[in-house]
Amino acid sequence: MAEIIVVTSGKGGVGKTTTSASIACGLARRGKRVAVVDFDIGLRNLDLIMGCERRVVYDFVNVIQGDCTLKQALIKDKRFDTLFVLAASQTRDKDALSSEGVHRVLEELANDGFDYIICDSPAGIEKGAHLAMYFADRAVVVVNPEISSVRDSDRILGLLASKTARAEQGKERVKEHLLLTRYNPRRVASGEMLSVEDVKEILGLDVIGVVPESPDVLSASNAGTPVILNDASDASRAYEDTVARLLGEEVPLRFTMEAKKGFFARMFGG
Amino acid sequence: MGLLSLFRKTPPSANLAKERLRIIVAQERSVRGAPDYLPLLRRELLEVIHKYVNVDPAAVQISLGKEDGHDVLELSVSLPEAKRDG
Repeated sequence: MAEIIVVTSGKGGVGKTTTSASIACGLARRGKRVAVVDFDIGLRNLDLIMGCERRVVYDFVNVIQGDCTLKQALIKDKRFDTLFVLAASQTRDKDALSSEGVHRVLEELANDGFDYIICDSPAGIEKGAHLAMYFADRAVVVVNPEISSVRDSDRILGLLASKTARAEQGKERVKEHLLLTRYNPRRVASGEMLSVEDVKEILGLDVIGVVPESPDVLSASNAGTPVILNDASDASRAYEDTVARLLGEEVPLRFTMEAKKGFFARMFGG
Repeated sequence: MGLLSLFRKTPPSANLAKERLRIIVAQERSVRGAPDYLPLLRRELLEVIHKYVNVDPAAVQISLGKEDGHDVLELSVSLPEAKRDG
């Protein structure tokens, strides 16, 4: 049985695509068959973060409109044999995605034996975001410890509880998880930034991971290598922990406390 | 954090964010799932009330709740203190 996981947030720029790419790679690295699908029609970006932008021939909308088969549109990752990317189209027609079309593609992926289908949602609460979450079994809500991101996440949680297939058909509700990104323990310690506990308390939801703010995220997207694959990075370890928790393992939170600095680092910055 | 930062500390503002979020999230949750016509209904009700009584818009509370399986629309208007002559 394939599990459909939507990565969503409401607000833009909080790290949805970074998260989708890293979770997909993390699952594939553990031998799972994974398809990661870009729902941001018109503003394709997942291909860049995954590093396969030059191999996009057909996209999601082509499959829906029957211009090609799903097999032709799936881009096989060069690093993992079990990882495939379905790119968004660059068409400006936002209505190119239809509910039936999306349903058909997701079913075909499930029937193809994928274990996980990661839906990378666009920002906002328009059609693309709606369809990305509509068929989901689980949701990873990416949130920055910042006031507008937290509010938007609450909005998204409301939609997950009412505007999904599971909600409409009265099935077991979508499993929701919070993922904090761009977390800066130093600023939290000095009272400038909302803490994990604050966000948990306001949104009333448990946290599946905390990814510290890290320069490695930018270098990862520059290179087209999802940050989880940079094993030396704290962000990578945080995403690795998140993947473990998604798979049901119990892993304590890391990187939520300020790293202890030596005397010189404290005096002269670093 | 270098020596300089000791002298220009930003005041801790996370608590402020938390308080504001607590209030706005609670308020937004209270109207979640309410019918789309509620904001318009609210505005028109306000106009009607305003025609007869000079009330502050904030003194009119409209909420939608559930009681014994029924949806209940609750309208609460605090009237300004009446001026009595003589």
